[in-house]
Amino acid sequence: MIRYRDVLRSIFSILLCVVSCLVSANGQRNAASAAAFEAMLPVLHHPRCMNCHSAGDFPRQGDDSHPHAMNVRRGPEGRGVTSQKCSTCHQDHNLAGLHMPPGAPDWQMPPRNTPMIWAGLTDNQLCELLKEPKQNGHRNIDQIVEHMTTPKLVLWGWNPGEGRTPVPMSQADFAAKVKEWAVGGAVCPAASSSASHAATQ
Amino acid sequence: MISFSVNKRPVKVDVDPSTPLLWVLRENLELTGTKYGCGMAQCGACTVHINGQAVRSCVAPVSRAAGKEITTIEGLSPDLSHPLQRAWLEIDVPQCGYCQSGQIMSAAVLLNEIPNPTDDDIDQALTGNICRCGTYPRIRRAVHRAAEMMAKGGAR
Amino acid sequence: MIAERQAHDRSVVGALPRRDFLKLSVAASGGLLIGLYLPASKAAAAATFAPNAFVRIGTDDSVTVIVNHSEMGQGVFTALLMILAEELDADWTKVRFEPAPVDPVYNHPVFHMQITGGSTSTWSSFDQFRNAGAAARAMLVTAAAQRWNVDAASCRTEKSIVIHSASNRRLSYGQLAESATKITPPQQVALKDPKDFKLIGTPLKRLDTPEKTNGKGIFGIDVKLPGMLTAVVARPPVFGGKLKSFNADKTKAMPGVRKVVEVPSGVAVIADGFWTAKRGRDALQIEWDEGPMADFDSKAQREQYAAMAKQPGLVARKEGDAGSAISSAAKKIEAVYAVPYLSHAMMEPLNCAVDLRADHCEIWTGTQLQTIDRMNAAAIAGLKPEQVQIHTTLLGGGFGRRANPVSDFVSEAVHVAKAAGAPVRVIWTREDDMHGGYYRPMFYHSLVGGVDADGNPLFWSHHLVGQSIVAGTPFEMIIKDGIDPTSVEGADDVPYAIPNLSVEYHPAKIGVPVLWWRSVGHSHNAFVKESFIDELAALGGKDPFELRRKLLTKSPRNLGVLELAAEKAGWGKPLPARRARGIAVHASFESYTAQVAEVSVDSDGKVRVHRVVCAVDCGRYVNPGIIEAQMQGGVIFGLTAAFYNELTFEKGRIQQSNFHDYPMLRINETPEIEVHIVKNNEKSGGIGEPGVPCAAPAVTNAIFAATGKRIHRLPIRMNEAVGGSKEDLK
Repeated sequence: MIRYRDVLRSIFSILLCVVSCLVSANGQRNAASAAAFEAMLPVLHHPRCMNCHSAGDFPRQGDDSHPHAMNVRRGPEGRGVTSQKCSTCHQDHNLAGLHMPPGAPDWQMPPRNTPMIWAGLTDNQLCELLKEPKQNGHRNIDQIVEHMTTPKLVLWGWNPGEGRTPVPMSQADFAAKVKEWAVGGAVCPAASSSASHAATQ
Repeated sequence: MISFSVNKRPVKVDVDPSTPLLWVLRENLELTGTKYGCGMAQCGACTVHINGQAVRSCVAPVSRAAGKEITTIEGLSPDLSHPLQRAWLEIDVPQCGYCQSGQIMSAAVLLNEIPNPTDDDIDQALTGNICRCGTYPRIRRAVHRAAEMMAKGGAR
Repeated sequence: MIAERQAHDRSVVGALPRRDFLKLSVAASGGLLIGLYLPASKAAAAATFAPNAFVRIGTDDSVTVIVNHSEMGQGVFTALLMILAEELDADWTKVRFEPAPVDPVYNHPVFHMQITGGSTSTWSSFDQFRNAGAAARAMLVTAAAQRWNVDAASCRTEKSIVIHSASNRRLSYGQLAESATKITPPQQVALKDPKDFKLIGTPLKRLDTPEKTNGKGIFGIDVKLPGMLTAVVARPPVFGGKLKSFNADKTKAMPGVRKVVEVPSGVAVIADGFWTAKRGRDALQIEWDEGPMADFDSKAQREQYAAMAKQPGLVARKEGDAGSAISSAAKKIEAVYAVPYLSHAMMEPLNCAVDLRADHCEIWTGTQLQTIDRMNAAAIAGLKPEQVQIHTTLLGGGFGRRANPVSDFVSEAVHVAKAAGAPVRVIWTREDDMHGGYYRPMFYHSLVGGVDADGNPLFWSHHLVGQSIVAGTPFEMIIKDGIDPTSVEGADDVPYAIPNLSVEYHPAKIGVPVLWWRSVGHSHNAFVKESFIDELAALGGKDPFELRRKLLTKSPRNLGVLELAAEKAGWGKPLPARRARGIAVHASFESYTAQVAEVSVDSDGKVRVHRVVCAVDCGRYVNPGIIEAQMQGGVIFGLTAAFYNELTFEKGRIQQSNFHDYPMLRINETPEIEVHIVKNNEKSGGIGEPGVPCAAPAVTNAIFAATGKRIHRLPIRMNEAVGGSKEDLK
């Protein structure tokens, strides 16, 4: 004869086990996702990325991230203004030779109303900004992964042309980390981490 | 063969597609108003329009022009009647004159997009165009003057 | 006083002291018509009236003025025409320009060769062009008088028309052109009283603006000859280097490459067009013998110069006894100033087109030095100079670079033409141009000065070290007692009344080719002189303007521009926080300029020049519109060098190559520049160069006023001035 109380106890203990197991698995997933994000940071913080995700209403250039020469501006679409658009000088491919304008298809920086400025953000803030639909062009996590792993403009960071340092991780490793971050729930590092990249302010 | 239009005239050129548009304009099409200054998009002397947008022709491969409309200084107006050219004459802008085609072609895009530019708009549009003679003060005056002419005469 | 007298006597005309050349010259003044005529065989066809080598009048009323100076932005294709048209009483709307061919009749009246330089064109050709216009007018009047059978004296002229008022008859110059060809040129003509000038002194618009606004103007690089090829030359990476060997297999395999040839300057790739030639050049495999300069290094050079400055130099100026005054000074100060090699960086890189035939050679290029270029070209081509003609195109900037006594860019093109077997042009890339030498020389200046108990300057001792520009060139004859005037100009003629003054020059022999660069010696000496007088003012607790004023009482034209600039700039009036003014005054090319710069320095050391007020006294002038443009351009040229430019050597190689690392001031950095022109009847001076010298010291003196930091080295390095502490700037 099965006593009702025993059944309840059993169910409770099973539930307890499930919940605790779930909590424990989640904890592992959280940590792995956040760690994947942290592994992505050397790329995100690299001048090849930061120079267009920089503070101010203009792009930067060089490994020292100095303001772009010639008073170049972001413009409403992130494509420059009037007679100084990105496409005035940048082609859809890199040009041979040192100090020649680099290029990739659709060369641009983030538009003015969603400028995606990463400079000066903590790791947590940067991560949250990436996920913020109002700031990221209404992308969901899958679309963010897509954006970080496929456009030729993003991939240019691995092939930036003569005389420029590429981003510091293989493209395959970076793509794997981005996916790991997303699959793990796109978890952000703890908010306590300090400002990660103030150098280009 | 690469086909495009220059100053509303259809052209076909048989050149290596990586040749900069500048040299195709200057040598194959004999339009020498567009100048070589640096070859690396630093000085703006080679500025032309591709479909109405300013482009440094010294770094743009001619393949980029395929099927597009190119405008050079020679095509800005047939008779110096463009407001910028009239303003350039009125303010007496050029000194040696070498950079002026590029200055005017850049300014033309500026006025197309911002018919009444501020000094800051002019700085954002023309900082890519070097003038070694130092005609900048008069360029600034002439761009404002051209904007006035356009406002009076209606936009072109 | 002595300084003022010296400035007048020595009259350094840019590179060449006028004194030396005047001895040789027959001054064309007082209406005596000498040196105006081409040999008959060279005169224009009879359909037009060509009364002399400088003007042709067509039956269509056109007035063509043949200009013996090169148009490089300074406005000679307008100003010289105004002078001739003034005396001709020509209808200004009918006046056209034409560049002169090479012929002795077009020689510079002072320098005795065809040359554009030293800011001399307008004043040196003033009488020449007046006489040419007046002579033509007299012949037209005579032709009309003969036709009407009236006394020539009863005729007057106005806007290209001869008028006989008594009978109300009129004939245009075009209508008279044919009959005027039969009139004997006058021996002497009367010139206008300057008070009757209608064109001279007015801001007429430039005549070359239309072709510089529609792309039609032809610069050297735009010349197209039938069957012309294009060459790009590989030159040694180190000055004094020589070709050892080369492999052109890859180059020769490129479609469009015609020939690869060795020339004295390197290896020339001759191709159908520029891009092919350039790619072909880049594909060459060359081994160079780098020669004795292979380890040349700017830092070592600076140390060498510093050591030289400590030795006794050649005495360029000596007043009183600066040596013994050192001990009696109440306070003294030592300073070292340094300026780098500079590239002219004309917007149009060097180029030259040559059509060389068995018995003649034609050259198209933008040059400032036709006579010498022709001689050098003829020698290389194995022809007589008369068999070589140079067609001077528009110059896309000159600034002295296209006046090279060794004609580097012309000579090389003739060598290439000998190998090409077809008309050929050599185009220099921007990098070639910047690495091609003939720079403004690097200079090192060491000074000691002191003030008396009242804070008045008591002594000034200046040693300067640098290369001579003219040594080893045909202009070497201007060196006197070992001193190249182009090295010391602006330093040996310090106009300030300082009782003990010495200037010593140390010529350095270095294998870097150097040349005149807009304002030549003044480009560095004004910076040093105007900075150091500011240092003495600070040392003596004096206002920099008031001290200059006090020391210039015997130099009225310096004083005049100084006071005018200070007044217009509001010297002494309050400015917003962190802003300050600096002042500089300098005489060069027989003109006087002063500039006041208004500058702010932010806490990061970023300097912004907000306004430059410039006063200029160039004596009697022709076109104030052109003067304003030249002064504005000169200020911008000076600011560009002050803020940005230096060429440095490492392992014999120049480290800079194009505008990314040799930047130009751009429109967004350009201050408001006001120009105030003094009106007087003094003898005319130059205008193309005098705007440059004051720009740097006016700004660095303003930086000192704003921050207490003295800039001793150009280009301005605020990090050095700040001394590592931003706090100092706050």
